[in-house]
Amino acid sequence: MYACGEAVFSVFCPLGTGSGLGTFVLNVLEDEFPEVYRIVTSVYPSAEDDVITSPYNSVLAMRELTEHADCVLPIENQSLVDIVNKIKHMSHSGKLGAEIKQSSTIISGQGGVKGQEKPFDAMNNIVANMLLNLTSSARFEGSLNMDLNEITMNLVPFPNLHYLVSSLSPLYTLADVNVPSRRLDQMFSDAFSKDHQLIHSDPKHSLYLACALIVRGDVQVSDLRRNIERLKPSLPFVSWNQEGWKTGLCSVPPVGHSHSLLALANNTCVKPTFIELKDRFMKLYKKRAHLHHYLHVDGMEQSCFSEAFSSLSSLIEEYNQLDATKGLLMTDAQRLNIAV
Amino acid sequence: MYTVAFPSFCVHGPRHEEDIMDLVRREVEKCDRLGGFFNMMSMAGGTGSGMGTYITQCLRDTYPHSFILNQVTWPYGTGEVIVQNYNSVLTLSHLYQSSDAILVHENDTVHKICAQLMNIKQISFKDVNKVIAHQLGSVLQPAYTEGASEYNRNPLGDLMKSMVCHPEYKLLGLRNIPQMSETSLAYSVFTWPGLLKHLRQMLIANAKMEEGIDWQVRPPAGGLPPAEKGTHNKQLRFNTSLANLLILRGKDVQSADTGGFMDPALYTSWLPPGVASSTWRTPMSFNRYEKSATLVSNSQFLLKPLDGIVGKAWNMFASRAYVHQYTQFGISEEDFLDSFTALEQIIASYTHL
Repeated sequence: MYACGEAVFSVFCPLGTGSGLGTFVLNVLEDEFPEVYRIVTSVYPSAEDDVITSPYNSVLAMRELTEHADCVLPIENQSLVDIVNKIKHMSHSGKLGAEIKQSSTIISGQGGVKGQEKPFDAMNNIVANMLLNLTSSARFEGSLNMDLNEITMNLVPFPNLHYLVSSLSPLYTLADVNVPSRRLDQMFSDAFSKDHQLIHSDPKHSLYLACALIVRGDVQVSDLRRNIERLKPSLPFVSWNQEGWKTGLCSVPPVGHSHSLLALANNTCVKPTFIELKDRFMKLYKKRAHLHHYLHVDGMEQSCFSEAFSSLSSLIEEYNQLDATKGLLMTDAQRLNIAV
Repeated sequence: MYTVAFPSFCVHGPRHEEDIMDLVRREVEKCDRLGGFFNMMSMAGGTGSGMGTYITQCLRDTYPHSFILNQVTWPYGTGEVIVQNYNSVLTLSHLYQSSDAILVHENDTVHKICAQLMNIKQISFKDVNKVIAHQLGSVLQPAYTEGASEYNRNPLGDLMKSMVCHPEYKLLGLRNIPQMSETSLAYSVFTWPGLLKHLRQMLIANAKMEEGIDWQVRPPAGGLPPAEKGTHNKQLRFNTSLANLLILRGKDVQSADTGGFMDPALYTSWLPPGVASSTWRTPMSFNRYEKSATLVSNSQFLLKPLDGIVGKAWNMFASRAYVHQYTQFGISEEDFLDSFTALEQIIASYTHL
């Protein structure tokens, strides 16, 4: 956890083991520093989680995140694994001209503290790189700076709907200098491909509420505008935010790259993830299975569970209401009439 | 210091007010004569809109008799900042109360100038800013006002006198020609009749730059009753003016015939063209252009973009999206409604010119 830029807290909070401590810290930060934005990076458990009570932990933690975080970046381990595998496959494919610069991949710890590589290093490096891109504007110069608090301001139209899907591009650069570097536009297209997301979801078939593009390196405002125009038609945005794009340009690229892009999307595609959490919770809660372990602890009551469940249900319902507007032809709101 | 737009109006503005006004006072005291204040700011986001609006208000309170001109950058149509339409509505409505005139630059227009006239391939903000600086320079550089034989001592005052005759009409636009790349400039020759003809048509047809001008648009024939004139204008997309100021710089400037801008058909019926139109001529050339013509106009040119912004902001407000971001800093829904009302009033006033 660290404070960045002017006034934002960045908190790591898994939804499984460690969720209790993570959310406790979140509450403390809100009490002590109510005016400072809290951006939370959160690892969501996969279906095959070996901790039986993880659904309880997840839903209890979700309530805290919905109520006390200003912005949440959910991450799924499976997505990280898929990215790692994709990069490793590229490294070993041996295709002519496809050899990649090892130090440039987002799974490498290049630029970080040296040491023996540990088992989850590759996956953790992806998240670390995502955070580095997120904070790049606060650390380096650029023609269009974007502070972390601007992310919250622009990407969160309603207080509870603050779950952002992140995707990174490029995943690596090619080592062969004779191969022309991937076109800049390809980087933008890739960021909107499911392979580059840090959470499994389908934003293109759901509804965008807002989208931020944090670009680093040798990219100009005209490149940014051209790509937004190009991608817009295939991305469904909510009717009152058809131009819901927030952009940031930082001149310093990450180590080993000439440019990079982090896309943060506030999209209703996170709904299925939450519905799954809710269903897994209900499976256990219906039978009150394992509940006694929790109720033995001071301060924990059954109401904590029912309230956490309602919070998640309401959140899903808010997303449902927005989804219902998708594809509908919305008429413009009637303007104020002025007597001349 | 990078802050988020309107919170900076409520939080950062007051916090830094004393320091900023202190700096201003020191500069003002150094002047033999205070010409006024020229504030440059964005309308959509960043520090600009909130802080800029707050500071303008402070300046008006502290120097009630000084001229205040705000240069405002209109955001790109397709999102730079998601809440840009809200910020624009709040900024404009507040500025209208404290500023004497609001000179607008549209990012989309300047971007097109860079692309189509200057032939710049990869346009950066530096390029955009260069164009804006050139246009502002053509206005603010010393000039001879109408009939004067020495440089004007009160540029802001003279500008206001020519352009802003009524407090309901404060929106000013700028067109400057010629504008082209250095390489093209070497092979180009300009005449005053040519430049003035283009500039006049740009005004009439509401063309923002010297390319793609619609030559079909004509001023309405004299004698049309006001009600019909409105429909006529709408049909032909004719841009009615309240006031126009021509600033000519360069060779043989005295010979330039600006009669075309004195045509009553260009103007609203309640101002005689003798009052509504003025010309400043300066023999010094400007920024490598042998002849340079700038038109500052108070006309219907911003009506469509303004209406667009208010429409989008209103649609968003209808769903109350992002409103909680403002209310937590003290800007209530009533404040929003007041701002919307103020802007609809401005739109109505300009529509009925």
